[in-house]
Amino acid sequence: MTSVAPTNADLALGTPSASEPGDSPRRFNFNLRQSGIYIAFALIVLLFTVLTGGDMLAPQNISNIVVQNSYILILAIGMIMVIIAGHIDLSVGSVVAATGAFAAVMMVNWDVPWPIALIVTLIFGGVIGAWQGYWIAYFGIPAFIVTLAGMLLFRAVTLMILGNRGIGPFPDEVRTLANGFTDGYLGNIGLGALGGADFFSILVGLLAVAAIVYTQWRTRAARQHYLQAVEPLPLFIAKIAIAAVILMFVIIQLARFRNLPWVLVLLAALVIGYSVMTNKAVFGRQIYAVGGNLQAATLSGVKVKSVVFWLFVNMGVLSALAGIIFAGRLNQANPTAGNAFELDAIAAAFIGGAAVQGGVGKVVGAITGGLIMGVINNGMSLIGAPSEQVMLVKGAVLLAAVAFDVWTKRRSGASR
Amino acid sequence: MTGADTILHMQGITKTFPGVKALQDVTLDVRQGEIHAICGENGAGKSTLMKVLSGVYPHGSYDGEIIFAGEPCRFSGIRDSESRGIVIIHQELALASNLSIAENIFLGNERASRGFIDWNKTNAAAADLLRRVGLRENPTTQVIDLGVGKQQLVEIAKALSKEVRLLILDEPTAALNDEDSEHLLDLLRGLRDEGITCVIISHKLNEVMAIADRVTILRDGRTIKTMSIVDDEVTEDKIISGMVGRDLDHRFPPHESHVGEEVLRIEDWTVHSPTQHGRVVVREANLNVRRGEIVGLAGLMGAGRTELAMSVFGRSYGVNISGRVFKDGKEVHLRSVREAIDHGIAYATEDRKRYGLNLIEDIKRNVSAAGLRKIAKSGWVDDNEEFKVADEYRQSMNIKAPSVASVTGKLSGGNQQKVVLSKWIFTDPDVLILDEPTRGIDVGAKYEIYTIINRLADEGKGVLVISSELPELLGLCDRIYTLSEGRITGEVSRADATQEGLMTLMTIGQEVAR
Repeated sequence: MTSVAPTNADLALGTPSASEPGDSPRRFNFNLRQSGIYIAFALIVLLFTVLTGGDMLAPQNISNIVVQNSYILILAIGMIMVIIAGHIDLSVGSVVAATGAFAAVMMVNWDVPWPIALIVTLIFGGVIGAWQGYWIAYFGIPAFIVTLAGMLLFRAVTLMILGNRGIGPFPDEVRTLANGFTDGYLGNIGLGALGGADFFSILVGLLAVAAIVYTQWRTRAARQHYLQAVEPLPLFIAKIAIAAVILMFVIIQLARFRNLPWVLVLLAALVIGYSVMTNKAVFGRQIYAVGGNLQAATLSGVKVKSVVFWLFVNMGVLSALAGIIFAGRLNQANPTAGNAFELDAIAAAFIGGAAVQGGVGKVVGAITGGLIMGVINNGMSLIGAPSEQVMLVKGAVLLAAVAFDVWTKRRSGASR
Repeated sequence: MTGADTILHMQGITKTFPGVKALQDVTLDVRQGEIHAICGENGAGKSTLMKVLSGVYPHGSYDGEIIFAGEPCRFSGIRDSESRGIVIIHQELALASNLSIAENIFLGNERASRGFIDWNKTNAAAADLLRRVGLRENPTTQVIDLGVGKQQLVEIAKALSKEVRLLILDEPTAALNDEDSEHLLDLLRGLRDEGITCVIISHKLNEVMAIADRVTILRDGRTIKTMSIVDDEVTEDKIISGMVGRDLDHRFPPHESHVGEEVLRIEDWTVHSPTQHGRVVVREANLNVRRGEIVGLAGLMGAGRTELAMSVFGRSYGVNISGRVFKDGKEVHLRSVREAIDHGIAYATEDRKRYGLNLIEDIKRNVSAAGLRKIAKSGWVDDNEEFKVADEYRQSMNIKAPSVASVTGKLSGGNQQKVVLSKWIFTDPDVLILDEPTRGIDVGAKYEIYTIINRLADEGKGVLVISSELPELLGLCDRIYTLSEGRITGEVSRADATQEGLMTLMTIGQEVAR
């Protein structure tokens, strides 16, 4: 398990299991289950790259995939944590709509300055989460029911706020956050045959690579200091090299188009932050403990109810963030906003390796799951497939991903 | 060979679980129309034997032979054995509480014609059965509205509806009050007179004496003997000596305790059941543990041992808890597990898979689970430190796993238990309550656990060991409390304790204790 937050570039890497000599007899299985999702992602990207004659990885298209899926990915981060704890949230789509509407009323109708409106909206999302968290954690109603009710309640709130019409336009800053790109602060540089690219973006990419190398190296050194087994140096270098190449490829493509999307910057920060939190924070550990064995967690002194409560508060805040970004992207708060987002977020979490029983899952996995669906959407529309085919493929992928998970689990169980 | 009036003959039954031989060459003979009691300590194999008989463990998963009503039987499941007239009523009643009495009686055996249930027929037949068992309730009453005693009768009515020939009752009176117990025993006598054979598993020896015709004693998965209550002039003492006749052949590490100050005292501790309204599970219990001392808590299944321990441990069991807890002489209020841990109390559960471990996580995360704050700085876990700590425990506790990154679900019972102990030792407690610390683990690992327990006492911690195995308590403890039906019935020092003496205290009925 990497102790440093895996970045997007880690997606194709899987988890180093060489540091776990204990599982060496079944290392292959173990590896397959953990990294199967990343291999699948790579294969899907490859497939569509071939099918679209390379359009898949064109600068503008990469940018589109990130921007178009950003709000689902933000929701997926919150959702995977809820699912790890053994719960579910069906209300996020409605919460996206309600918070987007609330933000629009504040910014457009009441002329509240956008930073204040943004913060108040996030707090509003947190309050919604607290409402649901109370019924789930302290009152003891299953999350499925509470959030199913929430799905209706907050859609109703949306309609009450908006009165069945859209509100817009949003201030430029909010639109930029949702839809815009970093400026070319440092001008362009030539990349030979590739043409001009934004120097600032490339600089950010290089800094990110440097950060990955540094943190991974430090982690490795710390483990060696504690006399833990680490993966062999060539493997370590190969992994970092692959990560760096993929990261730089994406960055260069983006730099050739319109620089870095702001939502990508935001997403990167969220993914890193939440990965570190789930891996290293006491609170993060308690999420896994609650989902893995509720009774054992209770008897180990984990305040189970409080953990569940705050998870839903967090989910509400992230939903509000997604709500602002979605509304900003459309430049309008819409009564039907966020429809079926909960299903996409849940699917992302399960494709990304969450277990139905809880206790298992990673933030990076959920992001990968969300990207797999985004790539399928995007790739199939590029090759002109009708929407029913897209739905068909997405449904099949979800079923296959969970079937694979159940199958590997049963197999490892049988060999026990 | 089997006599003419033998209805059931089980011969050479051997059943093994991974690492444990639960039954070894067990023989059981039950005669037509008798009430046959089976007695034995917890873990003697009584329930396993009955599960073999009723097909819960299907043919092929055990060795040996079952002959019922003259025919060899190879049951593939419960339905199979029920079709032959063998019905088992488990200790935990298996009724659907939201269905009516009649629906429960005919569940899976519906009175139907052409696929549709004939409710008139169902309710009328149910009413007949209720009369037979002496339960005056409307067949359409929901089971949830009945007390445990009446639910027990519904179970028996359900058995009768299947034209039962051999009725097996596992601890039928464990959860009943005296009046309900008396009624149930009368009913069993009545059934015997109707020609229904009963096998009854019971810890209450006075009941066994009152109702049984013959008794078979099991010990450590073997048949010790079968006696006829009248002909062999059986007494409770005779049964007890059969149950506990096990010699102290387990090896216990030599140990001398250096007993210090009192570290934990519990006064007038009373706990009510959270599920059965008004039922007292622990009644006015008093006990204390001193530093460096290993104290035993002996009691049969259902005596309230685990309930006592868990209710003290941050009220994780029970409602309407009253009484006082003193830690190092000062009264403390342990309202949550967190508070109990903070006051230096640890409780290692008897059911490590359900309550002790996160089986899908690795060793290190389980070891750190209760003391996570010790390796965290302002909310952030130092996972290198975690690895180091867990690895130290892996070595010092001799946890046999390739690394601390191994998943606990794949470890053997003994190693899982060591992980649980590591978890609690890591919280650096002053008092450890160890509930069945050696349940389901092999002899070698037991010895290691005993060594660990001795080491903990030598470090000045107080240890309270709950165990069903009397030799274990005798070999390990400085002092032993006995618990029977929620009451502390005795306190015996190691020097004065014998298996027979303890068993007598453990089986004292409520009338005597009162």
